[in-house]
Amino acid sequence: MARSGPTGQTEAVPPAADERLASVGFFRQLLARPELGAIVGAVAVFLFFAFYTEAFATARGFANMLDPAATLGIMAVLVALLMIGGEFDLSAGVMTATGGLLVAMLTTKLGWNVWSALAAAIGFGGLVGLLNGYLVIRTGLPSFIVTLGSLLMLQGLNLGVTKLVTGTVQVRGVASADGYSSARALFASTVEIGGGAFRVTIIWWVAVAALATWVLLRTRPGNWIFAVGGSATAARSVGVPTARTKIALFMAVSMAAALVGSMRLLRLTSVQANAGIGEEFQFIIAAVIGGCLLTGGYGSAVGAAIGALIFAMAKQGIVFAGWDSDWFQLFLGVLLLLATLLNRYVRQRAETVKQ
Amino acid sequence: MSAEEKSGAAVLEARDLCKNYGNILALRGVSTSVHAGSVTCVLGDNGAGKSTFIKILSGVHQHDTGELRVDGEPIRLTSPRDALDRGIATVYQDLALVPLMSIWRNFFLGAEPTRGVGPFRRFDVDFARRTTRAELAAMGIDIRDPDQPIGQLSGGERQSVAIARAVYFGARVLILDEPTSALGVKQAGVVLRYIVQARDRGLAVVFITHNPHHAFPVGDRFLILNRGQSLGHFAKSEISLDELTKLMAGGAELQQLSHELELSRPGS
Repeated sequence: MARSGPTGQTEAVPPAADERLASVGFFRQLLARPELGAIVGAVAVFLFFAFYTEAFATARGFANMLDPAATLGIMAVLVALLMIGGEFDLSAGVMTATGGLLVAMLTTKLGWNVWSALAAAIGFGGLVGLLNGYLVIRTGLPSFIVTLGSLLMLQGLNLGVTKLVTGTVQVRGVASADGYSSARALFASTVEIGGGAFRVTIIWWVAVAALATWVLLRTRPGNWIFAVGGSATAARSVGVPTARTKIALFMAVSMAAALVGSMRLLRLTSVQANAGIGEEFQFIIAAVIGGCLLTGGYGSAVGAAIGALIFAMAKQGIVFAGWDSDWFQLFLGVLLLLATLLNRYVRQRAETVKQ
Repeated sequence: MSAEEKSGAAVLEARDLCKNYGNILALRGVSTSVHAGSVTCVLGDNGAGKSTFIKILSGVHQHDTGELRVDGEPIRLTSPRDALDRGIATVYQDLALVPLMSIWRNFFLGAEPTRGVGPFRRFDVDFARRTTRAELAAMGIDIRDPDQPIGQLSGGERQSVAIARAVYFGARVLILDEPTSALGVKQAGVVLRYIVQARDRGLAVVFITHNPHHAFPVGDRFLILNRGQSLGHFAKSEISLDELTKLMAGGAELQQLSHELELSRPGS
């Protein structure tokens, strides 16, 4: 604009101020994204291991890293939805084993087709979720304690029933069941790209994250999920079906757990009765790294998927770097703490009255 | 009770409502009527039964005895949803807003507009953003950014968003639970202006407050509650601000006095 005279300079001030405002607005918008921390973290972890180790940034390295990230990611996305809805599910980790065991037993012991066994396992997952959700809603108890109960029950069932039926603590032999090859193609096959064998579960992971994001941000139930987690009383008084929303979330998590357990079974053709123990915390950690508040009402599905990626990158990177795997726990602890602090800061910003 | 009860004109009418919580008599024989384009104020000190009264009007609780009429038809409101479906909207003290959610998400919460059919049915986000901004502007509230979390707005602004929301969703009866109690003088004035605006749009407003100075300038009818009972029901022409203030204060004083007399009796 006019730059020559002193008057010209004063004239140039308003547009300059506007530009500054706009950039602050953009920065604020960026900060307002719950998954920002996860993206920054993912880039940092990736760059670190890509430069520090040689094997990391190769097709084989990617394949190795994305494989565990995928199944963890699918669960993290669902757990994130539940956490945004203000609840926890500690039984989700063990539920993956229950799902796998159910499919394995129905096919090998009762001769069921893999597909019908899969449907039964997912149906059972829905039942477990319904029970979790119903108890939480009906009693008003924290979901932490209710699902801790179902975790222990499922863990006991997994081991007890497996021992009763097989006499051992694992079920094997799914590969010879009807429908195994078609189910494996859909849930456990690999695609060779540039020397790395990429699992089809990666596509499932991306699809689940995309679908969850769409539901969360662009549908009515998505709006309800934010509301029941942010303030259940407020949601109820404007007519949001809070009980139905929460129960549906619990069911979705348990059903996804059954599916993920079956994916693992189809790939390994056997399943251990004590699998999945402790994984519930991995799901929650990935969701928190992805921007979910422990108190509910805020978070992101994409963030949780990226949280799972960070988790897997660090685990794989430490192996490639030749460090002791104990360091992974330290790294995880630091990351979780940082993520929690960042989330807390974001929440405080969102709740402070400006003026 | 006041004589001007043309039951045909009353949108919402309460007759001798009683409500017990176990052995606690929360409300005893309270009556009032709410007409379109007018403001009925419910006044009372803390514990007078104001909350119980509006919870019955808004469908959160059900009355035990007495009669509740909507458009002259006796009914029993089974839930807040039921009340909403009959055009009775309540703006609670806590405003029923979710602080972490954006203004437009809050505005349409529970009644989200959708587009598309079947599995592609989705929240019409653009419409929601646009409408929120327009509706708030119509009430004289200039929103900087509808994507802002509602927790960042001031108390008066939040109150106004809640009122604008109820008006937009076709409320015929607007129940406001202590909308001015947590606000400063200036912010309270802003909210009172929105109450008048809602009235001028033809809504029947029920304004619950313990402040006669807020009630008198906007009210057309006044119901005064004390310890779960009605101390009187007046039209504006039947009462002055002084009388209203005295009645509220006097009620409390009398109660205090009789309590003291009761205590001193055994000793003498």
